[in-house]
Amino acid sequence: MDAELSTATEIPQPESFSFDEESLKAIDVIVKRYPPGRQASAVIPLLYVVQRQMRRSTGSAWVPNKGMDAVAERLGMAPIRVYEVATFYFMFNMKPIGRHHLQVCATTPCWLRGSDEVSRACRDAGKLGGWGQTSEDGMFTLSEVECLGGCVNAPILQVDDDYYEDMDYESTVKLIEALRRGERPAPGSVIGRQTSAPEGGPQTLLDVPGE
Amino acid sequence: MAKVTVDGIEVEVPNGVSVLQACEAAGKEIPRFCYHERLSVAGNCRMCLVEVEKAPKPIASCAYPVADGMKVFTDSPMVRNGRRGVMEFLLINHPLDCPICDQGGECDLQDQAVAFGGDASRYREEKRAVKDKYLGPLVKTIMNRCIQCTRCVRFATEVAGVPELGATNRGENMEIGTYVEKALTTELSGNLIDICPVGALTSRPYAYVSRPWELRKTDSVDVLDATGTNIRVDARAGEVLRILPRTNDDVNEEWMADRGRFAFDGLKRRRLDRPWVRQGGKLKPAGWAEAFTAIAAGIKGRKIGAVAGELAEAEATVALRDLMAALGSNHLECRTDGAAIDASRRDFYTFNTGIAGIEEADALLIIGSNPRLEAPVINARIRKRVATGGIPVGFIGPRGLNLTYAQDWLGEGGATLSALVGGQHRFNEVLRAAKRPMLILGRGALARPDGAAVLAAAWQVAAQNGMLQTHWHGFNLLHQFGGQVAPLDLGFTTGIPAHVEALWLLGAEVPAAVPEGAFVVYQGHHGEAGAARADVILPGAAYTEKDATWVNTEGRVQRGRLAVYPPGEAREDWKILRAASEVLGLRLPYDSLDGVRARLAEVNPVFGGPGFAAHGCTDLAGPAGDAGGVAEAVFASSIHNYWQADVISRASATMAECARTYLPQAAE
Amino acid sequence: MALSDKDRIFTNLYGLQDWRLPAARKRGQWDGTKALIEKGRDWIIEEVKNSGLRGRGGAGFPTGLKWSFMPKQPGDRPHYLVVNADESEPGTCKDRDILRHDPHTLIEGCLIAGVAMGAHAGYIYVRGEYYNEHLVLQAAIDEAYAAGLLGPNACGAGWDFDLYVHRGAGAYICGEETALIESLEGKKGMPRLKPPFPAAVGLYGCPSTVNNVETIAVVPTILRRGAPWFAGFGRPKNSGTKIFCIQGHVNKPCNVEEEMSIPLRELIEKHAGGVRGGWDNLLAVIPGGSSTPMIPKAVCDDVLMDFDALREHKTGLGTAGVIVMDKSTDLIKAIARLSTFYKHESCGQCTPCREGMGWVKRMMDRMVEGRAEVTEIDVLEQVTRQIEGHTICALADGGVWPVQGLIRHFRPMMEERIAAYKAGKAAPMALAAE
Repeated sequence: MDAELSTATEIPQPESFSFDEESLKAIDVIVKRYPPGRQASAVIPLLYVVQRQMRRSTGSAWVPNKGMDAVAERLGMAPIRVYEVATFYFMFNMKPIGRHHLQVCATTPCWLRGSDEVSRACRDAGKLGGWGQTSEDGMFTLSEVECLGGCVNAPILQVDDDYYEDMDYESTVKLIEALRRGERPAPGSVIGRQTSAPEGGPQTLLDVPGE
Repeated sequence: MAKVTVDGIEVEVPNGVSVLQACEAAGKEIPRFCYHERLSVAGNCRMCLVEVEKAPKPIASCAYPVADGMKVFTDSPMVRNGRRGVMEFLLINHPLDCPICDQGGECDLQDQAVAFGGDASRYREEKRAVKDKYLGPLVKTIMNRCIQCTRCVRFATEVAGVPELGATNRGENMEIGTYVEKALTTELSGNLIDICPVGALTSRPYAYVSRPWELRKTDSVDVLDATGTNIRVDARAGEVLRILPRTNDDVNEEWMADRGRFAFDGLKRRRLDRPWVRQGGKLKPAGWAEAFTAIAAGIKGRKIGAVAGELAEAEATVALRDLMAALGSNHLECRTDGAAIDASRRDFYTFNTGIAGIEEADALLIIGSNPRLEAPVINARIRKRVATGGIPVGFIGPRGLNLTYAQDWLGEGGATLSALVGGQHRFNEVLRAAKRPMLILGRGALARPDGAAVLAAAWQVAAQNGMLQTHWHGFNLLHQFGGQVAPLDLGFTTGIPAHVEALWLLGAEVPAAVPEGAFVVYQGHHGEAGAARADVILPGAAYTEKDATWVNTEGRVQRGRLAVYPPGEAREDWKILRAASEVLGLRLPYDSLDGVRARLAEVNPVFGGPGFAAHGCTDLAGPAGDAGGVAEAVFASSIHNYWQADVISRASATMAECARTYLPQAAE
Repeated sequence: MALSDKDRIFTNLYGLQDWRLPAARKRGQWDGTKALIEKGRDWIIEEVKNSGLRGRGGAGFPTGLKWSFMPKQPGDRPHYLVVNADESEPGTCKDRDILRHDPHTLIEGCLIAGVAMGAHAGYIYVRGEYYNEHLVLQAAIDEAYAAGLLGPNACGAGWDFDLYVHRGAGAYICGEETALIESLEGKKGMPRLKPPFPAAVGLYGCPSTVNNVETIAVVPTILRRGAPWFAGFGRPKNSGTKIFCIQGHVNKPCNVEEEMSIPLRELIEKHAGGVRGGWDNLLAVIPGGSSTPMIPKAVCDDVLMDFDALREHKTGLGTAGVIVMDKSTDLIKAIARLSTFYKHESCGQCTPCREGMGWVKRMMDRMVEGRAEVTEIDVLEQVTRQIEGHTICALADGGVWPVQGLIRHFRPMMEERIAAYKAGKAAPMALAAE
């Protein structure tokens, strides 16, 4: 999914952005993690704060230019340094997205286990044309993402922050329909596996101390 | 020191230098794109790969430090393969549009492709397309040509001090630009064109104007500010087509300010290209003989004075001085801005620390100057010092100016200066703690009614805070134009009395005090108010059109050379004065350039030498003026519109566009 | 010979138990930590050296040796521990289980490692996508602070230690240690030129050591049970236990902690239910995450899963992400998709990687179709050689090795594909103009 946009000016941008109460509280906690004079370290966390605030306030999790400027000002950075960071990291959406972000892992481990079917299900059930598209109803945006690091539970569909694992065409359609109804099924394996243990139950760690 | 063997040649180099520098010491040229000796090391282009004994992989020589006993190979199969590979990668997405590229003929990529490239492309995929970016009126971008070396990003951030350029996106989608479209807010943007190793950043005004091999190149000196930037004037068919900086580490390193680089189109516009004589109240075209005759008649029996303007070169100035002397006048002035300069000692009116000396200073006080606008290249030197040495910079002037480096704002006006004179200001402590403190006094701070007091006060601050030492001179006056120091060296400070009846203006505006009926001769290349008021206009030569001597703010004597002939009837200025002296029957005793220059050295020996050498100060006695008389008034730089600060730039369409872009409120 | 549960370090790998502190303590974590710390820096480093522990993040550098590079005497600059939880190597999902199911093993390891390297602060850089995992880790850290296990005089052992979680935002390159440091400093994740190495100039210009999650998390158990215990597993120089991620065309993909040097076949058959369709249906295995070249079935039959055995077959243990591909696999496409991955994840800094990975990807895409000339297989191979070893970091190396592995073992398959394409489309392909 190549960047389609080379400059920010091609996207309608909000005229202003200021951190809301919840964001300000979060920022206070974040900035304290870094030594004095090293506040620039907080640039990624603050870009997340912007993206979350946009989701809260507009229903679309993305990072507008004014949001980046607000981060730059808060951290005493040149705005271009924030633009560089925001466009370098893949998880910042530089344009508005739908209410739910369907992120299909299509790297080889997931592809071997049927990620093509998962993305086909997303297009069918989410009424999505292709990668990078947002459905007309604004419910879903479909992205192809690289290895999500859940390979023994492939294929994986990440919806917003949650991983749905061991997916196939039918389970993907079911999940999307549930999301459309406003439900939020529990993340994790959709075939009832115990996380990364083999299907059918763990073969090891049957005899460990503890609870 | 470390002993390094490069291709069998043993060299000794200081510890810590890069392998690339060691290779150069051994006389081996290492190809490079991202590496630039005045920028931080990026090490990303991978063109400078060399082989080091026992290393399994080739190393980037620009970034790798030498070690004693290291054996380096710059032409082994490993190195050749590496370079050929990098070259191929750089070219696969490059448009190869050399035939229409303004960089063609002086392109690092082109040259290195000849040296290290293959003879055919194996690339069968589609080439990448990158949108061009707007960076302002001076720099044109063709981003398909960009090889992502990031020199421009580093220049903007590190040297120009305007972190506005960046590399956004990642991988092969990486793009250079400002992301949110804007014109770069720097007075040094032309240097981006020079450091770009390919044709991605080129000169907008020079776009498709010429091929470099068609140009006649003449070494000269920039005079549009007082830095004395060494330049090369490129001309074709009698027309200046571009101006580039030459490297001079003592003055401009390899940088140049935008006004000096781009204002030259003003040399073709609004020119005085023939003599004019006022007849019946109206200026009418005339021939030289007619003009001289009119002058002879006009000044006859009148008390005359002469004024040298801000772009006056030494040769014409001394000729004017001699002509005035022959006419029995000693009324000479050059301080057209009214600056209360005391020329009784040279260190009262020059930049004594030297531009390169800034790098040795460990504290700086700026009084009434905005060096960023008055001398951008000197400002970059200050920034370099602040960035590398973290020296404290105290600033007296308007609050909140962006000088591109951190400054400690001490106050905006005379009261703060007075406090520093009193020695009780907190910044006095900073200065006294420093080993080599310096101050920069803006010329604008002297162009006010209490100018003499400001000068005396500044000197006193220097004297009382350790700036004046036997081996260190930390008092500096920053001039604004290249013709402001030579006339001071030539005694143009006697002043014009109010009852003067005739005036000879050498590129200078009319002093306000000149009586109505005075007879005015205006000699110069652009006619502004002075020319409009003139009774006779003598068309002179601009700085690119004459062999001339210029003195920069340091007092450095430098020679410019004629690159193109003056337009129309216009002539070199000292020759005009020599010709006039003939008509007036007061023939000046020289008729060659060598003759005038001998005369210059006779009037002031500085013209016989380099004019500037590092020096200290042993005589702490200050300039005339009462340091206690400083008024409260705010110190404001006299340059507000950087882009249109002199007659040439005011005639320039390029500079007009810059003014519209950067100073929308000032334009029109 | 297989690892028994009593010798497993990650006893809550599958999250069968609670991850919180009380449960973790019952599993033996935070047991005697104070005493371990009090044995001092030199003892800790010596034990880790003797255990034979090699970095679990892919490169396999001896951990004790790496720690010993930190300045012995702290100067005026603080030391930092940085934990690499940017688990992004395709085929790898082991650290995820530690973060979400056994966070206290990691936290305890951070404290001990901090003592060993003179660091009073540590940052755990968690990949951005592990959002839920990072919440668990942060909660566990909060618990540890509340219990006095972190913070001033941590564990009562007289060492102040602060631990922070920092989330990345989607960039594989940040798994490279200097890119990770850059990212942590608030910049783009672009690897730094070395030297200087992080132990001299790392985070914020201070001495720093970057270790993988699993590497740090095994240390407390090693110290508790002794270096010889850990060194007793696996072959010499390949010692210890290791979490393997077995996936792809196996019947039951899973993570499992096993002994190093376990035969690949045993690993797959014992823990992952065997290859889909039986061992003879195996085509090839990528043994250690996407950067390691694949090995054909013939090699898989008896290869051992450790650093040295895999190196003998021109591949590597990497992160021990075992990607199994059966005979139904379009191997060219499997590798082409990895080329897409590396092109996508190239930071763009170095010319060979920025320009070359895109070239490789596009050629690989054509190889999938067969829309190429046979001679282009050689061009492809040469281009990978031009990339390899010519960049600041190893991303590009990892990106071209899978392609080299494909050509090495399956060139005839690529040639057949080209021939089939030509047969299907008689018209000669147009040569793209330069």
